[in-house]
Amino acid sequence: MDGIHDLGGKQGFGKIIREPQEPAFHERWEASVYTAMTAIVRRGWLGNIDRFRHAIERIEPSAYLTHSYYGRWLAGLETLLEEGGHLTCEDLDRLVRQKGGFDEDQALVRAARPSLYFNVSSPSESGGLGARREVSRTPHFALGERVRTSAHGHDGHTRLPGYVRDKIGEVVALHGAWVYPDSNAHGGGEQPCHLYTIAFEGSELWGSGGEPGTEVCVDLFEPYLESCEG
Amino acid sequence: MTDQLDTQQVRLRAQALESLLVERELLKESDIDEVIERFERRVGPMNGARVVARAWTDSEFKHRLLEDATETIREFDFQGGQIEKLVVVENTDSDHNLVVCTLCSCYPWALLGLPPRWYKDPAYRSRAVREPRRVLSEMGLDLPESRRIRVWDSSAEIRYMVLPRRPDGAEEASLEELTGLVTRDAMIGVAEL
Repeated sequence: MDGIHDLGGKQGFGKIIREPQEPAFHERWEASVYTAMTAIVRRGWLGNIDRFRHAIERIEPSAYLTHSYYGRWLAGLETLLEEGGHLTCEDLDRLVRQKGGFDEDQALVRAARPSLYFNVSSPSESGGLGARREVSRTPHFALGERVRTSAHGHDGHTRLPGYVRDKIGEVVALHGAWVYPDSNAHGGGEQPCHLYTIAFEGSELWGSGGEPGTEVCVDLFEPYLESCEG
Repeated sequence: MTDQLDTQQVRLRAQALESLLVERELLKESDIDEVIERFERRVGPMNGARVVARAWTDSEFKHRLLEDATETIREFDFQGGQIEKLVVVENTDSDHNLVVCTLCSCYPWALLGLPPRWYKDPAYRSRAVREPRRVLSEMGLDLPESRRIRVWDSSAEIRYMVLPRRPDGAEEASLEELTGLVTRDAMIGVAEL
């Protein structure tokens, strides 16, 4: 989906602010959300990582930008648990009330929940550990080959960033076959396909605005690519 | 950094989810303590630093690391996820490498721990691929025009770590001293040593 999460090349965000001596977690609730995620994975309630990433992508755009990282995780987990029938938003509201939170103050957080009507993932079983898979098909593209990326994305989860669509790059690495996120996020099964690292010149991506002597390497799945040669 | 949603409200909702999962016996309070302890003491940039220092002092190891980092780091027995396949990219006098994840915040947890906030913020994710030289300069790293910059956007399950250039004047340093010189930012590629 052409969501706000697809940030590569977007302009206007300003300076990068580093925090000296940053702790692993700033507050206990962040570690709580991290731990909740691992517990939900262990119980098999997450589905798979692609569904989780897509749940985060479905956060309403202005909320996506104002949530912190673990706030986005929390929203993504709430969506998947609700869609999986494991809890309801009202369950959490009730607990928040018990902890002294007021409903009107929760409006912002609740409004930050991903919109449930848009492109809901259907649950699928977890595909076991890891995402690397063996396939008998040989890769379509070879090292050094020039390829063009798809011009369009689609409504669902994809790992083809917007800024590398309809661009020409060179295959610089082959990584074997991996679970295809575009399918796996939507209950379509793993459909493993070959994964490549494609190098793009800065000028190909950004035209005359590109910085000289820079390139970007992006890991792209075979269905995103077509050959530029003969 | 963008303004963040009212933290108190997010905190309450996180605590609500925690209570619910505790009630349903998915997690215990002590699991959270264990996670905090893990990322404060055992899983962090100190792991990546050991790999880097070893590569600086052992050319055979470095060769293997650059060829197949996933296999090569098994001997360290690091805990933590996000390294199903690891690629280590080497900074040299002619090439500089920089790691980002524009779509989310993919990061080699087992080697570097959890990513810092700036790595997850929109400013870095949006700008690193478009104007890496300017981003590095703003972050205090002015590279010569002749130095080629290669940005690695971690868009699948491959994780990247930078092997920084060994600092000058550290020829006599022990492996332990060298390990202490390596910073997280240098292994992401936003600093040199």
